[in-house]
Amino acid sequence: MNDPRTIVLQTHHLAIGYGTHVLMEELNLSMCAGELICFMGPNGIGKSTLIRTLAGLQKKISGAIRLSSSVEIHQQLSVVLTDRISSANMTVAELVAFGRYPYLNWNIHLSEDDQHIIDQSISQVNISNLRSKRLYELSDGQLQMVMIARALAQDTPIIILDEPTAHLDLNNRVEIMKLLRTLARKMNKAILVATHELDLALQMADTIWLTGKNKTIITGIPEDLVLNGTFDDIFQFKGFDLKTGKVKQEAYLAKIIRLTGDGFEYRWTKNALERNGFEIVSTEAKYEISMSVEGTKLQWILKDRVYTSIGELLVALTEHE
Amino acid sequence: MQHKRWIILPLLLAILFVLNLSLGSVRIPVQEVFSILLAQESSEPVWKEIVWNFRMTKALTCILAGGALALGGLQMQTLFRNALAGPDVLGLSSGASLAVSLVFMSHAVGWTVLAAPSPWLVVTAASLGCGVIFLIVMAISYRLNDNTSLLIIGLMIGATTASVVSVLQFLSDAEDQQSFLIWTFGSLGGLNWTEIQVLAIILLAGAAIAWASVKPLNAWLLGDNYARSLGINIKRSRLFVIFSASILTGAVTAFCGPIAFVGLAVPHLTRLIIKTHHHSVLIPAVMVAGAALMLLCDSIAQLPGSTYVLPINAVTALIGAPVVISIIMKAKRITI
Repeated sequence: MNDPRTIVLQTHHLAIGYGTHVLMEELNLSMCAGELICFMGPNGIGKSTLIRTLAGLQKKISGAIRLSSSVEIHQQLSVVLTDRISSANMTVAELVAFGRYPYLNWNIHLSEDDQHIIDQSISQVNISNLRSKRLYELSDGQLQMVMIARALAQDTPIIILDEPTAHLDLNNRVEIMKLLRTLARKMNKAILVATHELDLALQMADTIWLTGKNKTIITGIPEDLVLNGTFDDIFQFKGFDLKTGKVKQEAYLAKIIRLTGDGFEYRWTKNALERNGFEIVSTEAKYEISMSVEGTKLQWILKDRVYTSIGELLVALTEHE
Repeated sequence: MQHKRWIILPLLLAILFVLNLSLGSVRIPVQEVFSILLAQESSEPVWKEIVWNFRMTKALTCILAGGALALGGLQMQTLFRNALAGPDVLGLSSGASLAVSLVFMSHAVGWTVLAAPSPWLVVTAASLGCGVIFLIVMAISYRLNDNTSLLIIGLMIGATTASVVSVLQFLSDAEDQQSFLIWTFGSLGGLNWTEIQVLAIILLAGAAIAWASVKPLNAWLLGDNYARSLGINIKRSRLFVIFSASILTGAVTAFCGPIAFVGLAVPHLTRLIIKTHHHSVLIPAVMVAGAALMLLCDSIAQLPGSTYVLPINAVTALIGAPVVISIIMKAKRITI
């Protein structure tokens, strides 16, 4: 993170919404160069509205949005929206080239510099292999990468993305968040991402904007918001313990097991046992399970018998009734 | 590869132009047509007369009307981001029809001022008719945001104006009724040189506005929000495009009647040959393709060697309807 931090966007007593219908008010937010901000909150609360308002696509109700420089907003802020692109016949390179539009006059002639920036944006997102593909040939994840490349080609200090990871599989979600993390750090961009990916946001974001109560946004470092209970307060988790990062399991079998071991093996064994209704303790108990490594193979020992998979171990435990 | 395919269109236009000139109730050999065109001489003086004063005006009308309708259709499809948008589908032609019938039949309801309308007056009325319908459809499309509903709205507007027109017809005498009915079949042959000039000026103006709007037109393909985020002045550009599409459709409808399907089908047929979204390529390409298609339809309407001429709308529908059906069948990937 940059120090001293350069603020690139700031809001003062901003109120957003439609007409007289206020969705959020008294927003005093700031975005800094090099900062990755994850913007979280329940659906329908006005996240997209705030994004459109910050990007100048929608009128604010009151208050002010200040950008650090006086050039046109389109040269300072680019967006990745949830709007579908209907022209699927375009190639990737053509779509990315749209990023240069704020710098072109009416006859949209791309100079060599423009072409260079387009190429650069494509390679920064690691999609050089896709550049002459047409949009309908791309997967959802690839399309999002292309949209990010387009935003990069706009060459703005601020990028705002509205749920870029929605409808993507885990791998693509991680890839996109990692990419945004890298872009913020390496290119010193201020990046705001609206997302529902709690676990990814907690690990990647410099700052979290959390909305959902009293029409305002609470901001802070992810870990602070976890420990002071803000997340629990807003999301009202049902059976998920944010501090351990796990779903609470009910020990419905009322059987206690002492598990000894460490590392990944310990964690995943504990996970399996808890899911199956056992309670795990580290003190003396009726059942004792230990783990050892035989050659390269992992094994579990219960009552002097050796099991080579957790599956076998679970079967044995239920037979011990 | 792409650059070479581009040649197909002008080539097609040239071939169809000559073909169109050599077809008609009087049989004139193609080489004679060439010599009349190039050397201004012919073995039969009457042929020269026929080619220049009858067939040429019609062929030029085809070229101008086809180009104008196709360009209007392209702009509408981009503006609405709807592959099925077109002058006739959205009810614009009906709006123009209403305006024109108002002008033509006005003396039936007692307005003698407009009894002898000049071509410019008819064009202005038709363009206004188009523009009003365009704005209505536009306003509705903002509330609906749904392609199918938009098309149904277009149909309804068409039905409404048609009923107003039939009321007007009811009030007018039989002679006006008949001429109006013939007008609705669409006709490319009835234009004099002044009207052709007016049509040409309108086409140039419409094309110039469209050409100046290449940047917003391209950006619209990403949707209003993205276009705005790229610094496009949506409101102003939209007005320009509406104006251009309205005068193009209005002028053609005023002179040739409501010609269906050309505006809708040509942009799609063009993209089969030139696969691009870039409007600086598409604008000239659809104009050439529209002109070529119109010449083809008119040549078919001539029924080579016969003295009968089919209504042009019957032919454009034969070519246009399959295009619409194929678009809907491929609905999974309707693209503009």
